[in-house]
Amino acid sequence: MSEPIILNYQVSAADFSHAGEASSNVKKTLKSLGFPPEVVRRVAIAMYEGEINMVIHAHGGEATASITPEEIEIILKDVGPGIPDIPLAMQEGYSTASDSVRGLGFGAGMGLPNMKRYTDFLQVNSVVGEGTTVRMIIRP
Amino acid sequence: MQKFYHSVTLDKELCKGCTNCVKRCPTEAIRVRGGKAEIIKERCIDCGECIRLCPSHAKRAVVDSLDALDRFPYTIALPAPSLYGQFSNLEDLNILLTALTRIGFDEVFEVSVAAEAVSAATRRAIREGNYKKPVISSACPAVLRIIRVRFPELIDSILDFRSPMELAARWAKRAAAERTGLSEEQIGAIFISPCPAKSTSMKSPLGTDRSAVDAVVAISEVYPRLLAAMKEIDEPEPVAAAGGIGIGWGSAGGESAGLKNQNYLAADGIENVIRVLEALEDDKIPDVDFVELNACVCGCVGGVLTVESPFIARARLKRLTAKRGAVVAPADGLPVEEIKWDSEIFYEPVMRLDEDISVAMKMLGEIKRLEESFNGMDCGACGAPSCRALAEDIVRGFATEDLCIYRMREKLQSILRNGGTAEKKELNI
Repeated sequence: MSEPIILNYQVSAADFSHAGEASSNVKKTLKSLGFPPEVVRRVAIAMYEGEINMVIHAHGGEATASITPEEIEIILKDVGPGIPDIPLAMQEGYSTASDSVRGLGFGAGMGLPNMKRYTDFLQVNSVVGEGTTVRMIIRP
Repeated sequence: MQKFYHSVTLDKELCKGCTNCVKRCPTEAIRVRGGKAEIIKERCIDCGECIRLCPSHAKRAVVDSLDALDRFPYTIALPAPSLYGQFSNLEDLNILLTALTRIGFDEVFEVSVAAEAVSAATRRAIREGNYKKPVISSACPAVLRIIRVRFPELIDSILDFRSPMELAARWAKRAAAERTGLSEEQIGAIFISPCPAKSTSMKSPLGTDRSAVDAVVAISEVYPRLLAAMKEIDEPEPVAAAGGIGIGWGSAGGESAGLKNQNYLAADGIENVIRVLEALEDDKIPDVDFVELNACVCGCVGGVLTVESPFIARARLKRLTAKRGAVVAPADGLPVEEIKWDSEIFYEPVMRLDEDISVAMKMLGEIKRLEESFNGMDCGACGAPSCRALAEDIVRGFATEDLCIYRMREKLQSILRNGGTAEKKELNI
């Protein structure tokens, strides 16, 4: 098995207009590696949702993509407020977004449900007051 | 038919080897090698950006000349809607259309008329809901080409309709054949074009097996002859048939306006188009029915084969559109079965490093290592658009590290410091 390719990004919450850069970069990399288009799109959507979540809820964090021919693993780690009730957050339409964020077109409550839908594996570990780590795996 | 035909070419004599085009090419399809620009044909989407910005005018479009008129016993001019925006004070379109027959065409068939038919069919398709939303317009050939090489997941979202140019050629030839008794082979359909990519879509069409267009002539070639001919016309023939919707197609947003539905998004300029395609790919644009994309700023009036400023031409089209807003072009003889594509578009992964993902991963590792070893200035002196692109070229086997002038300087400094002979040998100095 070949060495995984590791891509690492600091996701900053300072400027909302830069949100999504990490997932866009991962998408480009996966295309150049020749992953099937459908796989690239699943990774792009799931990772984008996660990235945006970190920006909205946790003032940013760290995103890591680990790529092997067999699977793409995405880890999103933040030191934000944490998610008190994960099953509730997983429900479609559930959202804590403020009106100002919703006004930007976010906060429809589809973030985590979309991440689950587009990935083969999703694990959310969260401790209130300490932070959240989301691990996703997408397999071609 | 070549899979990767393109109409943009280089005049080597004029090329100074500067990197203006290299740095602005949206698909990183140009490199300067041996002091001259080279186009990587698989990557070129014929957007015309390099033609537009080359300070030496070394980039050109290969299109037909009006000599094409001599190739056929009977010829039909297919004027693009953008042609109407090239002339000042054009109050009567009949003057322009009549002038086309005075410069040698046997008849004129307005592409705007076919555009109206495409608009009507698109309205129907969206209403019937048979398409996954949003539907992406198929009218701009450069947009089709960038989707084909960079956005494979969006291929199925493209409206599978022929362009107004292609439909006009089929419609006009059929009608002329019936009227004149000639065979369609004896009739030449000649498109008066704002855009080199239209020549590409004649020679190497997407979505269509064989184009019915026989020649593509630049607006810039026809323009001076038309100006002269228009001055001589006292009584124009009443041939103008297109309505506001069809004429509006000549500038960005015009196709969307033809949908009579405000739920659309229209973007123009290739960089903006790419941003929208990225967002579509990520599912970030969920709420629109239709996406109109034009590679040129302002749409077709911004094409590199036009003569007038795109902004002026757009303003004129707007006025003409309003003036003929109530007119609806007749659809007599419309070959309805010709509206839809007769072939599919397939993904061409030209950006892929290797067919084998494991090999591609090794290459990517090497590219990252090299990229980090460069200073990240993206100066372009090596002939590649960025340090990253040079690293990729090296790993693909098209370039060497010595092309980096900073790398060379480091080497020379090291030689000066050490008085080393090994390095001298390596550098052949």
